[in-house]
Amino acid sequence: MCVQWGKSKIGLLQGFLDEQFIQLEELQDDANPNFVEEVVTLFYRDSTRLLLNIDQALEKSPLDFSKLDNYMHQFKGSSSSIGATKVNNECTHFREYCNAGNAEGCMSTFQQMKKEHATLRKKLEAYFQVSSICLVTFFSS
Amino acid sequence: MENGFSSPRTDAFPAGLRVLVVDDDPTWLKILEKMLKKCSYEVTTCCLARDALDMLRGKKDGFDIVISDVNMPDMDGFKLLEQVGLEMDLPVIMMSVDGETSRVMKGVQHGACDYLLKPVRMKELRNIWQHVFRKKIHEVKDIESHEGGPDEFDDGHLLSAGDTNLAKKRKDLENREHDDQEFSDPSAAKKVRVVWSVDLHQKFVNAVNQIGLDSEYQPGFLFNTLICIFIHKNISYFILCPSGDIWLSYLLFTTFSCHLNNACIEPLCVILLAEVGPKKILDLMNVPWLTRENVASHLQKYRLYLSRLQKQNEPKTSFGGIKLPDFSYKDPPGSFGLQSSTTMHQNNAANTNFGYSGNKILVQDVGSQIHGGDLEGIVSFLPAAEPKKALIGDVPDPQKTSSSSLMGTTHSLESLRPDVNYASFEFTIPRQHSWSGETPVKEQLKQEHEPYLLLGDGYTNPPLPIPHHIQVHRLRSVPSIYPRTSITERDKLGPIETRPLCTEYKSNHVTSISPVGRTVDLFSVQADSHIINPQAFEAISTITSSTKSRNFDQNCVNNLESVQQNIIPGSGSALLSSHGDVQLFSLQGCGYTENIGLQNIEFSDYNDSELVTELPSHLYDGLRFNCDYLDLMEYPTVDQGLFIA
Repeated sequence: MCVQWGKSKIGLLQGFLDEQFIQLEELQDDANPNFVEEVVTLFYRDSTRLLLNIDQALEKSPLDFSKLDNYMHQFKGSSSSIGATKVNNECTHFREYCNAGNAEGCMSTFQQMKKEHATLRKKLEAYFQVSSICLVTFFSS
Repeated sequence: MENGFSSPRTDAFPAGLRVLVVDDDPTWLKILEKMLKKCSYEVTTCCLARDALDMLRGKKDGFDIVISDVNMPDMDGFKLLEQVGLEMDLPVIMMSVDGETSRVMKGVQHGACDYLLKPVRMKELRNIWQHVFRKKIHEVKDIESHEGGPDEFDDGHLLSAGDTNLAKKRKDLENREHDDQEFSDPSAAKKVRVVWSVDLHQKFVNAVNQIGLDSEYQPGFLFNTLICIFIHKNISYFILCPSGDIWLSYLLFTTFSCHLNNACIEPLCVILLAEVGPKKILDLMNVPWLTRENVASHLQKYRLYLSRLQKQNEPKTSFGGIKLPDFSYKDPPGSFGLQSSTTMHQNNAANTNFGYSGNKILVQDVGSQIHGGDLEGIVSFLPAAEPKKALIGDVPDPQKTSSSSLMGTTHSLESLRPDVNYASFEFTIPRQHSWSGETPVKEQLKQEHEPYLLLGDGYTNPPLPIPHHIQVHRLRSVPSIYPRTSITERDKLGPIETRPLCTEYKSNHVTSISPVGRTVDLFSVQADSHIINPQAFEAISTITSSTKSRNFDQNCVNNLESVQQNIIPGSGSALLSSHGDVQLFSLQGCGYTENIGLQNIEFSDYNDSELVTELPSHLYDGLRFNCDYLDLMEYPTVDQGLFIA
């Protein structure tokens, strides 16, 4: 029953997360019942730190593009871990701007990325709440 | 199924595979851990490369495979990859979100057995056991191939650079042939994985260096490259005989110089390049539980590592010819003494070892036998492991090298100053162990079998790697091409020295290690057999006695009484059939040759690095391949008459 719940919940996240997220779900088992949530929590903790670094780097002038690129590379690796599609796309844009030395582009892409990042977080929180509700419901019935 | 693993957990291989995951991203670390656990592997995670190395070193044989991210803050993933490969010989898989071809290529170049793109799927991780298995099988094959036959690593490669690949392929094929019986039962080899800890590796490198120092004493070493450096009229000629045939070189030179102008030219020195083999290393390391195979495979990896470093430091190396490695002349060498016929008296009999900056160029003064007409030129020759850097090691500083007593071709034997000293120089470029530094040193190590000479522009031959040790032996120079010096006279010379590699050739037997192509005719001149300093060549496994020529009477005669000979009788001229390439280089305008004339030149001790530092630039700036000279090589018409006063 919960599984079915799970599958329909994915609809919540459609477009925001990709195949990787499903992989994570599949990894979840009795040994690690909260695996996905743990991973997501880890992700958000780490990615917030990275975003902060990028923020700071973007405030410097002139921009150190190679450093920015580095940070973004890390961030991309991170966001790929949970399959955050939209966030990932913004990362790619950002790196393109970096390579082109386009400060404006970097700035605006970064803002966009932060937005996506925040949006996804909310969705995931909702997702997990629903999951927990699902479990509770199941056991209480 | 038996799978060669030693621990009990391996019964259900690949289950229980011990994986070490290194990634600075905590999210990925967690995911990978979970994925690998799902594959029934034993997982250890680590977010710092340093910690990973510590873990690997601390727990010898504690892991089967390592998975590492490429971009890590504390250490480059590729570097970790290299270290693990060298020290622990474990398969390493690289991971990255960046899948660019260049990156992947770099990974493979550094030795990664696989390169995964993030996001990594579980099915990709499921199959990583194949890398472990593959390695096991190859190790088994290696053992099999080593156990029975001769030590391949010690083989003299009588091949030019291009051929060494062939040799390796051949060897691989041999290895594969052993495959069948081992394939199904890799555990039969009972190979214990050796974890090459820092200490062990240090011992290894020490041993390798030590061999460089001692090599001339060691029988069984193959001298497969011989470089004769002759200085004549301010032109230095380097004759490289890949086969290591001193006589060949000498003959070549003398003949050629004859053609030049009938002048007397003394071979400046003969450089023997020795080779380091696993057995020797093993002996020196003195680690009881270590097997030859362990050393051999580690050696191979080390070479690869060095070659990688070399490539990274690949310089322009546009110069042709022998060039001294850059690194070599930083510190003043001990004393670089060129013994010339005249000035070495003080160095009589003393085998002076001259340390050379980092490269440990040892110059040894071989006794002070003075024989008329024996001119010893010392050519220091630094092995250049890397192709581009030819080593002309301690070539005497021009000013100082006035010693070309070698040059003193005009001296008749009789007139030779009595103070001719023989010096044999051993140039061993110390192999520094730092993995990260000393590229040139390592490069030398890398090239063990092939002498490397960078040929000048006109030359089409590919550079031959130079073995890492080069011993320079002074050749008794012939006062002139004239075979004046009789053997007996030489014999009079006291025991020249203890160095076997001294360029003393007992007359009688010419051992040619490898034939020289075009000079077949030339050397068909056979005279009495001259025995080439056996000790010098003792390592030459394929020495064949061949050319006997009267020429040798002149000076090729060595006095080494104590020399043993590993001479394989063979036909003289046959040996001279082309095998290796004799490359003739003419060094023109080399600073150091300026002062080398045909007069007595005094060699003085070099107590500073001046020599060294000057040489390289001299050497390679000036070194040009003179095609003209090469033509001279084809002298079918040379006959012995030329060599007779």
